[in-house]
Amino acid sequence: MKRTLFRNQLLPWLLLAPQLAITFIFFLWPAAQAVRQSFLRQDAFGINTTFVGLSNFKALWNSPEYLNSLQVTAIFAVLVTVLSMGFALLLAVAVDRMIRSTSVYTTLLVWPYAVAPAVAGILWWFIFNPTIGVMPYFLDVIGYDWNHISSKSDAMTLVVIASAWKQISYNFLFFVAGLQSVPASLREAAAIDGAGPVRRFFDITVPLLSPTTFFLLVVNIVYAMFDTFGVIDATTEGGPAQATNILVYKVYFDGFVGQNMGSSAAQSVILMLIVIALTVVQFRYVEKKVAY
Amino acid sequence: MASITLDKVGKIYAGGTRAVGDVSIDIADGEFIVLVGPSGCGKSTLLRMVAGLESISEGTVRIGDRVVNDIEPADRDIAMVFQNYALYPHMSVRQNLAYGLKNRRTPKAEIDKRVAQAAEILQIGPFLDRKPRALSGGQRQRVAMGRAIVREPAAFLFDEPLSNLDAKLRVTMRLEIKELQRRLRTTSIYVTHDQLEAMTLADRLVVLNAGRIEQIGTPLEVYRRPASTFVASFIGSPAMNLISRHAVPHLPGTAHAGTIGIRPEDLAVAPDGPIEMEVLAVEELGAQRLVHGQTGGERLTVTMPSGEPLPEYLRLAYRPGSLHLFEADTGRRID
Ligand SMILES: Nc1ncnc2c1ncn2[C@@H]1O[C@H](COP(=O)(O)OP(=O)(O)OP(=O)(O)O)[C@@H](O)[C@H]1O
Ligand SMILES: [Mg+2]
Repeated sequence: MKRTLFRNQLLPWLLLAPQLAITFIFFLWPAAQAVRQSFLRQDAFGINTTFVGLSNFKALWNSPEYLNSLQVTAIFAVLVTVLSMGFALLLAVAVDRMIRSTSVYTTLLVWPYAVAPAVAGILWWFIFNPTIGVMPYFLDVIGYDWNHISSKSDAMTLVVIASAWKQISYNFLFFVAGLQSVPASLREAAAIDGAGPVRRFFDITVPLLSPTTFFLLVVNIVYAMFDTFGVIDATTEGGPAQATNILVYKVYFDGFVGQNMGSSAAQSVILMLIVIALTVVQFRYVEKKVAY
Repeated sequence: MASITLDKVGKIYAGGTRAVGDVSIDIADGEFIVLVGPSGCGKSTLLRMVAGLESISEGTVRIGDRVVNDIEPADRDIAMVFQNYALYPHMSVRQNLAYGLKNRRTPKAEIDKRVAQAAEILQIGPFLDRKPRALSGGQRQRVAMGRAIVREPAAFLFDEPLSNLDAKLRVTMRLEIKELQRRLRTTSIYVTHDQLEAMTLADRLVVLNAGRIEQIGTPLEVYRRPASTFVASFIGSPAMNLISRHAVPHLPGTAHAGTIGIRPEDLAVAPDGPIEMEVLAVEELGAQRLVHGQTGGERLTVTMPSGEPLPEYLRLAYRPGSLHLFEADTGRRID
């Protein structure tokens, strides 16, 4: 590592200041506020606040709605992660094979695959729209009455597909890079050792890909839990009947729409703890357990 | 155990590059064949065609009495040792050795027996439960060999297996490979660009140049009677002197030759010798010295015993019968 020595003690701090200020104003301070508020209760007009200890958290624990939201989030995160990673891996394997068999300019080849899902993401809104969409029409033809406004499972399907779709290109790029770093000679050695293509994939490729897979697993869970707010807000708004009300949407809904600041803050503190836990897992295990 | 027959084998890569052409070799059961040639001459390509890792564009490859052109690598009954060893990094040494046997549904007891045997032969017993990452280069090399021998295949294929080792270890491992092959009597094809490795290992050498065979023969045959100027300059260290006939005064019997080859060790200082050389540089090797010089505008190297400082000019004589004569245009040997 190259070390630069600053004569002036102030300069390094000045250089860091903008970054630190942003971190403080947009992250640390709101986080501290949330923690503080989670122990308080405000009256309906926001005039009186009282310290209530852990009762906001206790209320959540006893709230069927919150427990339902937890369950919805778990199902949603698992479905999104499995779908987006599975599909990305399929694409990546196909592309990896193509890149290896020809000597086409790799990066050029990767781009359309990477961009296509993003473009197609926009199409989803149109395709699944109950009034003007093509998909409900076709489903109707085969006898399925698509309606994500009223059907819980249709709504879940829609938000899962839409969320997973956005994440595919990202996963795809990582998987392609991961696959490319598996030396061809290992697969050749395995081929000579009598392993067919499927066996080679599971015995050689999958284990060697595990650091990438684990990294993406955490990233995708975080994505599904937190970054899908926009998808939910634009399509189902957590409905119908709470069927797609994931934790992060509930924080927003209870806080800004329901004006229940204490409960909302408690929920966001819980979310914060989940992120911290995931990050710790990421850092601890990505190098130790999964690496071979 | 099997013989391997290559009949007019050729390889044209997608895109039209011809890497190998018209290669025919008959390899006897138990023979150790070394493919040798400069970088890019198609050695690996040829070996990979035998292994089944590259498709065969032209000709046929037979292992035993079976044409294997369309047979999967796994079913060719061969084992390969790769230059980078290609050990499975996530498996222990034991699992690496057992993998090929497991895939072939060998009974557990038999696997254990063979792994133990291989470990004993290669002295890798203490490392069986380590991952390849935790081994030295030489140990990894042994594991790669072990993976080949546990399968008891009809043939071993080696693609520059020693080139990642340091010079000293290379010499040791070279000897081990030779002894191992002698002991197991498994037909082997070994690829290298190192002519010394080729000479010491081979029962027979196949010298390749630009995808074609220049010469096939035992190391001594190739050394004593190189078939072309290419082989002459490639086999033997220091390399044979190749000089134009016109660069030296008339030597008896050389009238039809274009190029005359003389090995450095076949030249000696003689006060009345026919060749006069201007000394340009001396390399001391201990017991011997290499003297580099020029005559008639051509470079010349002479091996001689170490001793007194040399004068500026030397008169040299060659050992009778030691001249190699080559055609001017084709570079082929004249006899
Ligand atoms: N996949 C490929 N596609 C196109 N051309 C190739 C391919 N692999 C090798 N070649 C070409 O075929 C020729 C022979 O290559 P090969 O790898 O067999 O050489 P080599 O004798 O093993 O050389 P080295 O000693 O450097 O390993 C080279 O000119 C190389 O550029
Ligand atoms: Mg090679």
